[in-house]
Amino acid sequence: MIPAAFEYYRPDDLQGALALLHEHGDEARVVAGGHSLIPMMKLRMAEVPHLIDLQAIDALRGITVDGNRITLGAMVTQEEIIAHEGLATLVPILREAALQIADPQVRAMGTVGGNVANGDPGNDMPGLMQCLGATFHVTGPDAAREIEARDFYEAAYMTAREDDEILTAVSFDAPNGGQSYQKQKRKIGDYATAAAAVILTREGEHCTGASIAMTNLSDVPVWAEAAGEALIGTDCGEDAVIAAINAMQEAIDPTEDNRGPVAFKRHTAGIILARAIARAWSRA
Amino acid sequence: MSKKMQITLNVNGTRHELLAEPRTLLIHVLRENLGITGPHIGCETSHCGACTILMNERSIKSCTVFAAQADGAEITTIEGLGTPDSLHPLQEAFREHHGLQCGFCTPGMITRAAQLLKENPDPTEEEVRFGMAGNLCRCTGYQNIVKAVLAAASEINTAKEAAQ
Repeated sequence: MIPAAFEYYRPDDLQGALALLHEHGDEARVVAGGHSLIPMMKLRMAEVPHLIDLQAIDALRGITVDGNRITLGAMVTQEEIIAHEGLATLVPILREAALQIADPQVRAMGTVGGNVANGDPGNDMPGLMQCLGATFHVTGPDAAREIEARDFYEAAYMTAREDDEILTAVSFDAPNGGQSYQKQKRKIGDYATAAAAVILTREGEHCTGASIAMTNLSDVPVWAEAAGEALIGTDCGEDAVIAAINAMQEAIDPTEDNRGPVAFKRHTAGIILARAIARAWSRA
Repeated sequence: MSKKMQITLNVNGTRHELLAEPRTLLIHVLRENLGITGPHIGCETSHCGACTILMNERSIKSCTVFAAQADGAEITTIEGLGTPDSLHPLQEAFREHHGLQCGFCTPGMITRAAQLLKENPDPTEEEVRFGMAGNLCRCTGYQNIVKAVLAAASEINTAKEAAQ
């Protein structure tokens, strides 16, 4: 499996990478860990005449915790997220989700930036970032701008990032409350049949805040706002969970593929969301 | 065909300079340019882990990295872990505990396990299974592979204690 030929570049700063993107236009792509792009290139489903490797750009690396605000450089790997003790305490759902991505070798290469920027509905970080209300930072030839994770995804592999922009970082506030990322997959290394990210806050027996996002159940990640609202003010008991699942079902739009027919995916989505709500509530 | 580029790889302590097209996969450079045939080509789709090597002290699948990306990297393959006369404790444990049958997955298994034990020198059985989840074996059913990794961990830890 040999990809089509390409020119390789390894710029050592962001300006260099942006200049190459500008110069080669549609014929150029940036590569981070490459574990989504390289398989597509090997299958010749993606042809990239000019491949711009971001590995030497230090500004894209590093995990920063500034009070309650967390910033992940685009080149931070899943392995680095898992190993970071501060993140495990401040935002445990991030580690919980990262551990369910692929396998150890893939997590050593795969980056948060690649995961969110690629636009593959199967990626886990986009839904999680919508659940967290994260902000994506992109830089283009003229200026940098911020795009909310909840506004970023337009269709499969289509995002609000322009072709001449590079996603440089992801930032979000450490959330209050109980959190859980639950994922059903056929085997290690598979994308989700269904996955749910849930963050709940509670006072006594009442849910005071809820954010719910679903993965791989539409051509984009789905932040199911109404499903969260169905839990607020309730005790997150059986009736409330059923109401949230019903609201979530209105928001998703799964299609049949080798992970199963639509009815099975909807069934699995309900089970996984109930599990994530129960887990998050027990931790809230 | 694109222009070949000069690539420097430090493999098992030896520096190699070679010419390769950027699109050449690292596994092909290792096997075909350098004759290092320990890492195997199994699925070629980043699932099976037969091509696992260490790159800059991380376990990676060399079928999903371009040689160009590895330019300048420190690489360890199964050939760098032990020799026939002086086996690595993992190699000894795989032999002792029958951790292989056909042997095709074994170089990747052992190379991955070596890094796992560096990161977690005293893993539980569950941690071994989770840490080795990126390596597939179609023969053993994994039982003896897990036994071998646990035995090697114990062996390495005992040797470390004895040395102190």
